Amino acid sequence: MKNNEVVIETRNLYYAYEDEKYVLKNINLRINKGEIIAILGENGAGKTTLVKHFNGLLKPTKGEVFVLGKNVKDMSVAELSKHVGIVFQNPDHQLFSETVEKEIEFAMVNFGFEKHYIEERIEWALKLMGLEKYRNRSPYTLSIGERKRLTLATVLSYDPDILILDEPTAGQDFLQKEKIAELMNLLKHRKKTIIIVTHDIEFIVNRVERVILLVGGKIIYDGDKRGALTNYKLMKEARLLPPQVSQISWILYNLGVKLPKDILYTEELLRELLRIYKS
Amino acid sequence: MNTLIELEGVYFKYAGSKEYSLKNINFKADKGEYILITGPSGCGKSTLTRVLNGLIPNFYNGELKGKIKVVGLDVKKTPAYKMAKYVGTVFQDPENQLFLSTVEREIAFGLENLGFKREVIRERVQEALEMFKLNELKNKAPYELSGGQQQKVAIASIIALRPKILILDEPTANLDPLSAEEVLQLIDKLVKSLGILAIVIEHRLEIALKYATRMIIMDKGKIIADGDPRKVIISKEANIVGIPKVVEIYKRLVSEKVSLNTIPLSPEELAKLFVKVIKKDEE
Repeated sequence: MKNNEVVIETRNLYYAYEDEKYVLKNINLRINKGEIIAILGENGAGKTTLVKHFNGLLKPTKGEVFVLGKNVKDMSVAELSKHVGIVFQNPDHQLFSETVEKEIEFAMVNFGFEKHYIEERIEWALKLMGLEKYRNRSPYTLSIGERKRLTLATVLSYDPDILILDEPTAGQDFLQKEKIAELMNLLKHRKKTIIIVTHDIEFIVNRVERVILLVGGKIIYDGDKRGALTNYKLMKEARLLPPQVSQISWILYNLGVKLPKDILYTEELLRELLRIYKS
Repeated sequence: MNTLIELEGVYFKYAGSKEYSLKNINFKADKGEYILITGPSGCGKSTLTRVLNGLIPNFYNGELKGKIKVVGLDVKKTPAYKMAKYVGTVFQDPENQLFLSTVEREIAFGLENLGFKREVIRERVQEALEMFKLNELKNKAPYELSGGQQQKVAIASIIALRPKILILDEPTANLDPLSAEEVLQLIDKLVKSLGILAIVIEHRLEIALKYATRMIIMDKGKIIADGDPRKVIISKEANIVGIPKVVEIYKRLVSEKVSLNTIPLSPEELAKLFVKVIKKDEE
């Protein structure tokens, strides 16, 4: 991103639930407009706690958080959520309306959008997520995958500039994952900032640029994805499985085959394997 | 008795639904198998497991047709509590399955429900705690545990009942990769040490595939592929479930005339097969 407009910034952010120990420790981050970032770490590393600070659901115990240049302590959750949409991992924590259509309508009505605009956006979101035929159904009669797509539709409908997707691929099948990937592409073209919280490494290899690794509430890496995903030590520390392609290249390297240790993509590995085979 | 499941021409339609969720299912399974079932959402895989553990027709209404024998019993005529002795089921979200104050109580609960004697319960709980290395956690509340530990407790409390069949419906959906690996590996150990039949529904093929002795793909209520995982994963039917990177690389190598002898299911296998090929060429 040439145009470095910082949309989210944290300064020495610490967070503790009640008087317990810190679950986030000295988090310093700058996220630019239009970036696509993955926040990785095992369950309990603090990923969800961190992103909850970005739309005001949590306020820092120490330190500061700025969204679109404003300190979140001076902003209401309603104001923040217009700009920052979070889709949580468990759709059931987010759905409460009688019908699918009403579920999507809810936030927009609250934001005071005009009626004809709301109707237009509902149609758009239903279609985008393939939920048209369920519009009058109760969210609770949908499958978990469908409920998840509904929470996505709800957030996308009001068009926030920053989107946070918490484990969007968990429990999703191959085709739904492809759909989520397509959706991320669409959002990228619309210059949205996308933060994806996940441990689905294979999914992010081709889909994000920057990776942040969280371990025990601390950032142990923030930078280019290759630097994290192909670093055996870092991945182990974060209790993550590296991409299969990187695993293959390490194992080959350890078996004495001469090839680079930071292979990330299928095409790179194939090129190396064919070169070795032919020589 | 080696054959634990026999389904012939099984159809099922949920009450109020127009379409059959299961269509002409023919399926036999023996003890000692680790069967991986996969397929797109709504393909009928969860419905199939409900037929096997008796939730269909005991809890879900609908139209059930065909011959169904599970552990020699006709599920249509067997009450759910009796099926529960033989078929244990672990679901996606352990939170929905664990509700007692301690891990130890949790494991004892199923045994108490099935009316086992106190001494037997104590013995079985101790055995399960040891087998699953949960001794240190026995006095903790399930909600204090990590997702992976919770899933272990859920499996331990089922195994304590000594079922012949263990069904797991997306057991790793909410787990991080290393915890998912641990759970799927644990199931492999149970299959080998206890000789049970495990049926695992999973989307995460990159982790699950290497443990499976058999792989089934379902689509639109039908079984569309069933057999050796190494064969099923390269069939055209596997395209709807997404093949793991190792298999993709194997296929690409074959198309470049580099043959690896067998289809690798893990990065280790691929690397070793490749090294064999280049060493052979050097000789």
